[in-house]
Amino acid sequence: FIPGGGGAAASFGGRESAALPSPAGNTGLACPRAQTAMNCRAEVLEVSVEGRQIEEAMLAVLHTILLHRSTGKFHYKKEGTYSIGTVGTQDVDCDFIDFTYARVSSEELDRALRKAVGEFKDALRYSGSDGIGQISLEFYQKKKSRWPFSDECIPWEVWTVKVNVVNLANEQERQICREKVGEKLCEKIINIVEVMNRHEYLPKMPTQSEVDNVFDTGLKDVQPYLYKISYQITDSLGSSVTTTMRRLIKDTLAL
Amino acid sequence: MDTDLNSQDRKDLDKFIKFFALKTVQVIVQARLGEKICTRSSSSPTGSDWFNLAIKDIPEVTHEAKKALAGQLPAIGRSMCVEISLKTSEGDSMELEIWCLEMNEKCDKEIKVSYTVYNRLSLLLKSLLAITRVTPAYRLSRKQGHEYVILYRIYFGEVQLSGLGEGFQTVRVGTVGTPLGTITLSCAYRINLAFISTRQFERTPPIMGIIIDHFVDRPYPSSSPMHPCNYRTTGEDNGAAYPSVEDSQEVCTTSFSTSPPSQLIVPGKEGGVPPVPSQPAHGTQADHERMVMCTPLDGALYSAATPSSSEDTETVSNSSEGKSGSPHDLLETIFVRKVGAFVNKPINQVTMASLDIPFAMFAPKNVELEDNDPMVNPPDSPDVESPLQGSLHSEVSSGSSTGNTHDDFVMVDFKPAFSKDDILPMDLGTFYREFQNPPQLSSLSIDIGAQSMAEDLDSLPEKLAVHEKNVKEFDAFVETLQ
Repeated sequence: FIPGGGGAAASFGGRESAALPSPAGNTGLACPRAQTAMNCRAEVLEVSVEGRQIEEAMLAVLHTILLHRSTGKFHYKKEGTYSIGTVGTQDVDCDFIDFTYARVSSEELDRALRKAVGEFKDALRYSGSDGIGQISLEFYQKKKSRWPFSDECIPWEVWTVKVNVVNLANEQERQICREKVGEKLCEKIINIVEVMNRHEYLPKMPTQSEVDNVFDTGLKDVQPYLYKISYQITDSLGSSVTTTMRRLIKDTLAL
Repeated sequence: MDTDLNSQDRKDLDKFIKFFALKTVQVIVQARLGEKICTRSSSSPTGSDWFNLAIKDIPEVTHEAKKALAGQLPAIGRSMCVEISLKTSEGDSMELEIWCLEMNEKCDKEIKVSYTVYNRLSLLLKSLLAITRVTPAYRLSRKQGHEYVILYRIYFGEVQLSGLGEGFQTVRVGTVGTPLGTITLSCAYRINLAFISTRQFERTPPIMGIIIDHFVDRPYPSSSPMHPCNYRTTGEDNGAAYPSVEDSQEVCTTSFSTSPPSQLIVPGKEGGVPPVPSQPAHGTQADHERMVMCTPLDGALYSAATPSSSEDTETVSNSSEGKSGSPHDLLETIFVRKVGAFVNKPINQVTMASLDIPFAMFAPKNVELEDNDPMVNPPDSPDVESPLQGSLHSEVSSGSSTGNTHDDFVMVDFKPAFSKDDILPMDLGTFYREFQNPPQLSSLSIDIGAQSMAEDLDSLPEKLAVHEKNVKEFDAFVETLQ
């Protein structure tokens, strides 16, 4: 066995124990849903942050999740075997929070997440709501359907981060907030790791022809599972969503 | 228990566990080096990156880990532990965390070694990368080098958690089931650090050169030497002029009060969580904590000690000579080292009273040094508000600033480095708090305001009459403006 080597690309995969049965409350996706085809694991995290902390807090959480849900690039060889590239990591210090997180060393991935989080932050701050919103990171698999039906997107894990934006009056409160949010984020990271450690359903390792149905192969240095980021801003009445915006970071659908 | 495991799988599994243990140690120690770690992703595998993760191998760390393992693997009852501790420049140390890699009997026979176990070990390493940034010791380790350093020690065998103090917490990084047992990685960490703000260490100058620290006086027989998680050289020590940071429970501090003892030492901390609650909590660490104490002198010395003459020893001593009461008071001055909690070593306590010499304040060299210390403050600073002062005051028996009651200790303002005390005798934090909000308009304050408003209102008719008479002048003035 050689480190860095892969395995035969038959259908391996973790145990397929069923996870939480509730399908994610999705906000409408481009591909039609297979409603009961698979159980989807849903996790919810909540944070209260100040306006300028939104981006860093979201990036910390999303990057930590993606660190666990990314592998090195697959290189398929003959005989159906493949080798896996190496994932590097780097530490990121937050400017507005007393917190440091480790993320995958991939500029493309970082840019994609920053773009999504930036849009979420703008929507949250300028929507005129009282500062409550949520951002969702969903991992899905594609299932090819016969023509004329388009491919199905089947989520298998959804992480939702609910954000509550607070306004602080003076510098002293902001200082305390820096530390408190730092501590809260530590707790969230521990929660995320706990969920990851349960070793629940993960998609089977695909053959070469199937790899794009499971992984996002468009990045040049790492390979995360296929994912989508979407967000919702609730209006001040807390009632139904006034602005539902769907953002596809990587549109892999052929429509 | 491994009858179902063929020899190739068994060999692979042993290899995985061995390299997993080595990589675990690397991740933990590198996370405590005090700097940000950055490794590159590579799309083509190099063949030497275990678990598909780019984790550098520091040779010394690998060497230590292999030495500790001595060819064995973590097994039931034999765990690999990495102990992270803090050591101050004074030589006191304290355990912060113990990371344990354990194996228990719960086997998972069905699992595929060469694939699933390998990938799960990789996931566990990623979780370790995330968790090592999240425990309290991480922030402490990022600030090391000035007052303290972080050391690591690897041992193999039974886990020893007693050094972590009471109420330590545990976080589980993860588990991976294998046909030989379940591997568990967890961390037990001291929680009393949690409220210590690490910003207090920012303003002190660096203390030493390369830290090469191998001491073997560990309480445990199977001890291995401690190693620093810091390979850098820090700057020269010029800390002699400054009392070191004193309001940390963990750090041993030396806040000497000087002979004009009617001055207040207050740990100069701005905002954040004041660690002061730890100080009055003498209950838990009573034997290990001392506060700087000195008796206040009477008012005359007070004024003598107001140095526009930047702590000229001569001036002070001369003026104190004239006071009959002063030598007596000075003899009661006690110089104590303030030490961190959980410290086992006894602390030297120099009591001036025991020296029994007249004019004691002239005698010791270090006292004169302290007189020139810009940290020492003129006495009007007790008026300055500070939450720490408040809590410290509650510690002090009443009347600390009123002189002749022989209190045990007096607060002296702690000055941050490089600050001048002759212009504004207060530290930065106090200054900031004082002037953070604009002062209230005097016209709006109730008593004065009401009176002047009433006066204004009364005088209004007269003023109006005068102005009406001068209307023409005003108009001419306005014309000139246009």
